[in-house]
Amino acid sequence: MPTPTHCPYCALQCGMTVKPGPAVVPRDFPVNRGGLCQKGWTSAALLNTPGRLTTPLVQGRPASWDEALDHVAQRLLELRAAHGPDSVAVFGGGGLTNEKSYLLGKFARVALGTSQIDYNGRFCMSSAAAAGIRAFGVDRGLPFPVTDLSNADAVLLVGANVAETMPPFVQHLRRAIDSGGLVVVDPRRTATAEQAAVHLAPTPGTDLALALGLLHVAVAERYVDKDYLSERAIGFEETWEVAARWWPEQVERVTGVSAADQRRAVAVLSRATNAYVLTARGTEQHASGSDMVSAWINLALALGLPGRPGSGFGCLTGQGNGQGGREHGQKADQLPGYRKIDDPAAREHVAEVWGVAPESLPGPGKSAYELLDSLGVGPRALMVFGSNIAVSAPRSAHVTERLAALDFLVVADFVLSETAVLADVVLPVTQWAEEGGTMTNLEGRVLLRSRAVTPPPGVRTDLEVLHELAVRLGQPAERFPVNEESVFAELRRASAGGVADYAGISYERLRAGEALHWPCPDERHPGTPRLFLDRFAHADGKARMVPVDHRGPAELPDDDYPLSATTGRVLQHYQSGAQTRRVPELNAAVPEAFVEVHPDTADRAGLAEGDVARICSRRGEVLAKVRCVQGMRIDTVFLPFHFPGEQRANLITNPALDPISGMPEFKVCAVRLEAVT
Amino acid sequence: MSPRRVVVVGYGMAGARLAEEVRRRDPKGERVSLTIVGAESHTAYNRVLLSSVLAGSLAPDAVRLRGSEHVDLRLDTEVSFVDRSVRAVVLADGETLPYDALVLATGSEPWVPPTEGLRADDGSLAEGVHTFRTLDDCARIVAATAPGSPVAVLGGGLLGLEAARGLAGRGNLVTVVHPVDHLMERQLDAQAGAALAKSLRTLGIELRLGVLATRYLPGDGLKLDDGSHVPADLVVVSAGVRPSADLARSCGLTVERGIVVDNALRTSDPRIFALGDCAEHPGTVSGLVQSAWDQAVVLADLLTGADPSSRYLGTPVVTRLKARDIDLAALGEVHTEPDEPGAEVLRLEDPTRGRYAKLVLREDRVTGAILLGAPDAAAVITQLYDRGAPAPADRLALLLGRALSPVAQAGPADLPASAVICRCNTVSKGQLVSAWRAGARSTGALADATRATTGCGGCRDAVCGLADWLSAQEPQPS
Repeated sequence: MPTPTHCPYCALQCGMTVKPGPAVVPRDFPVNRGGLCQKGWTSAALLNTPGRLTTPLVQGRPASWDEALDHVAQRLLELRAAHGPDSVAVFGGGGLTNEKSYLLGKFARVALGTSQIDYNGRFCMSSAAAAGIRAFGVDRGLPFPVTDLSNADAVLLVGANVAETMPPFVQHLRRAIDSGGLVVVDPRRTATAEQAAVHLAPTPGTDLALALGLLHVAVAERYVDKDYLSERAIGFEETWEVAARWWPEQVERVTGVSAADQRRAVAVLSRATNAYVLTARGTEQHASGSDMVSAWINLALALGLPGRPGSGFGCLTGQGNGQGGREHGQKADQLPGYRKIDDPAAREHVAEVWGVAPESLPGPGKSAYELLDSLGVGPRALMVFGSNIAVSAPRSAHVTERLAALDFLVVADFVLSETAVLADVVLPVTQWAEEGGTMTNLEGRVLLRSRAVTPPPGVRTDLEVLHELAVRLGQPAERFPVNEESVFAELRRASAGGVADYAGISYERLRAGEALHWPCPDERHPGTPRLFLDRFAHADGKARMVPVDHRGPAELPDDDYPLSATTGRVLQHYQSGAQTRRVPELNAAVPEAFVEVHPDTADRAGLAEGDVARICSRRGEVLAKVRCVQGMRIDTVFLPFHFPGEQRANLITNPALDPISGMPEFKVCAVRLEAVT
Repeated sequence: MSPRRVVVVGYGMAGARLAEEVRRRDPKGERVSLTIVGAESHTAYNRVLLSSVLAGSLAPDAVRLRGSEHVDLRLDTEVSFVDRSVRAVVLADGETLPYDALVLATGSEPWVPPTEGLRADDGSLAEGVHTFRTLDDCARIVAATAPGSPVAVLGGGLLGLEAARGLAGRGNLVTVVHPVDHLMERQLDAQAGAALAKSLRTLGIELRLGVLATRYLPGDGLKLDDGSHVPADLVVVSAGVRPSADLARSCGLTVERGIVVDNALRTSDPRIFALGDCAEHPGTVSGLVQSAWDQAVVLADLLTGADPSSRYLGTPVVTRLKARDIDLAALGEVHTEPDEPGAEVLRLEDPTRGRYAKLVLREDRVTGAILLGAPDAAAVITQLYDRGAPAPADRLALLLGRALSPVAQAGPADLPASAVICRCNTVSKGQLVSAWRAGARSTGALADATRATTGCGGCRDAVCGLADWLSAQEPQPS
């Protein structure tokens, strides 16, 4: 039976159908309109991937499920008894379904009683989330349906290479592209930047200065929507005081973006009838990432875009369930429904749903990198679900050392990822089309993924794993349901009244094809495709402009490390590559790491096209093949982060953290390029 | 321990920035107590933006600087003298402010040439004559000019030209009178000066170069030394500035052109520091805000003890004209000629369009440049100059601001087989050709066979073009 479902990869969650074979064909769905990229087209290969795990591994040896689960439970109980509940940590992922994210958070707080839980979404959406909450009072990546973008005359994309990271999305930019309205901010001349009418290529780490410059231009050229600001926002005066000192020529000197291009970009945005500002990881993954996003929001507010029909501000969520995954309690400081764990009312509500005492719930834990950095010193055990941190975390050699310092590492995955290899116990779990569950896509729409194929014998779902472990840890069996619909029913109650309110969303409504965007507080509620049309989510209904200033990268180039390195994705691979590197067609297209450099930069390092380069930072070095690219800035190199071992781009990245979001500075660090002799 | 008492004389951009930098390092004033004495009655403002105010793009209120917290601010207050023996500043009203460290941020004042009639008998500016230095000057100039009225600007330097452009943009008939025969002669060579003159004339600004104003008659205008006459209801004087160093001089500090400071921004009295326009440091020329800001960082490090090793080593000087429709940048050695040994000099002249680009390199580094009408190049070259980074080998591309693009878009026939046509699905021309040969004879069939066009759909035209081309290659049935 062909089963309608959604792609296993990014947050666009393209509609697709899994047919017997198994094979995948695109399906007409609003976000992808029948399009799929190569990753989506080849995703059925994941279902037959060689090296699929079907047996639990204990210390590398095959074991029965009972043996493995008993062992895990026993070790966790021992460690907890000896060192307290915070000695066990949990690490989740933004690809997990809502049901798994929810149950994982509950498992940590209730079954383990630990505060030490965070997830790889911290490396993805945390800066955008922090800035969104600051400005609008709520964080939903796109507070409007993706299809609204199709009517935009102008779109400013900041640090977003959508032509490679969510290709079918580009369909929605067609009008903007064709009318000369696409403006792209990216240090690289990416496949997306090539389609832009104006490409602003700032020095890596200077986006905030650029945003201030554009705001300055908007004021000086009288493009600011004063009526909108007086009605709908506060904080313009303070924000302008900062932007006033960033006149375009000053910004040019810091960013390398010409004053003329700054003016062109603002003119394109301001003259459009419908305009959007969209950010992504390029501007968010910085030690000042929250402030950077705030600066782009400030620009959007000054132009009067957010909350106006046909215009707006949004951030492009990365991982498949990057939106839902950040709402239901995997985050160190959060409870389901996007509630704050230190809010007494939130604790009371969730504790009641869970049938526990509010005071039994732990408080906030550490953010992802801080958690990983403390392993062995703080937590003695770590349980990893849906994440490949040995490849994806910053300063990955150090993170790998921390993993090795643990007494006990448990990894649930469907392949032997680079992290699973290090684990004491590996639990083989189902993937994507082998299980059911809901995902919340980049526009806050809840999607149902139905089971399309029978999982191979021997694997279990994450929900089953959590259930079995919870029972072994002394929890009542009914507290950890294994049926996804039952878990969702509980999630609905836990989220009710919260910011991300799912109370009115049911599997039935989703099966019937309803397009439900949260908040959806009751079963008669149609959902909320567009937020902010009347008011923002702060008590007074107004958006906040936050007066942020440029700080620059945490690590500047110097004589020893004269170049800036930035990292990102290629079209054929997804995140740590644990899945896509196992798809033969994708791996054949891009089989190994490369470093994009300007030909002169390569030449100065004694390197030519195709040579293997060593890229060194203060934290480590990575090997990658040289790709000479004429359009690169002469001071910048680019590395994709999908590759393992000595090709891990994250060996060199800087774990300097954003003080608000805990986001590491993936997008800029100082490096040196060397020939490998 | 009580905080060190730091008194700052002068509340312009330098003084305000210093306060901000100090409070960034010592937010609550636990290490340093700050007293700032300012002669003007209003808060500090951003002088760099005055030309934008004059041009009407920014409101006067928009250029005010935010005040810092925990600062004892004395506005509208004159300093009588500094008593170094007891380390105290004596105010005009007799109050004394004892200091542990004194900072002079007294700025500069406009220089008014000795042209007959510019000053009244009492030494004040004559009616209709305004300097262009303060926010009040701006307000007075704007209030005194009506669209269509003639205005003369005395001085064809950076500020004078910004004022001229702003006033022309407001609809005034502007004539710039400049004693040298090319504009901005400190920052530009003769060719650049000529190209700039052409651009300004195109914008309706008249230029009288190489002539001196000899006399001003209120309500009439200027008489020049070539016997000609410039009608002007208003004269804006922008003939340069002089460091305000009277206070420093009167208390015996070493003053040459400005107050002499070392790399720690100390004057000849190590308890007294100076920064900004009033200071003279070998690493910079005075009058540029970037220098003052860089100095404020160092001085705040030193005054708060945040970094006692901090030193000011100078600021690379980049001149950027802020005038609508004119993009001009000049930096470093601008007068170097192509035949100078050791220097690599490139020059591109396009006088018809008022464009000019000159690049000077030594040992592969940018050491000077003039870029008029080449905005992209200006941005890139400025960064190379600021960082002392090696320049790209393709000098021409650097000079033009972007690599030369291929003359024409390659057609389907010209592309190599490996060229990727559909990026979303990594489909090459070769794969499409093979699919065609295997029987996929339409765009739809090619899509089914290769998945080309099934991602974002952006390659649809290219695939159609390829199909048309392949179809045309087919032998026609006879």
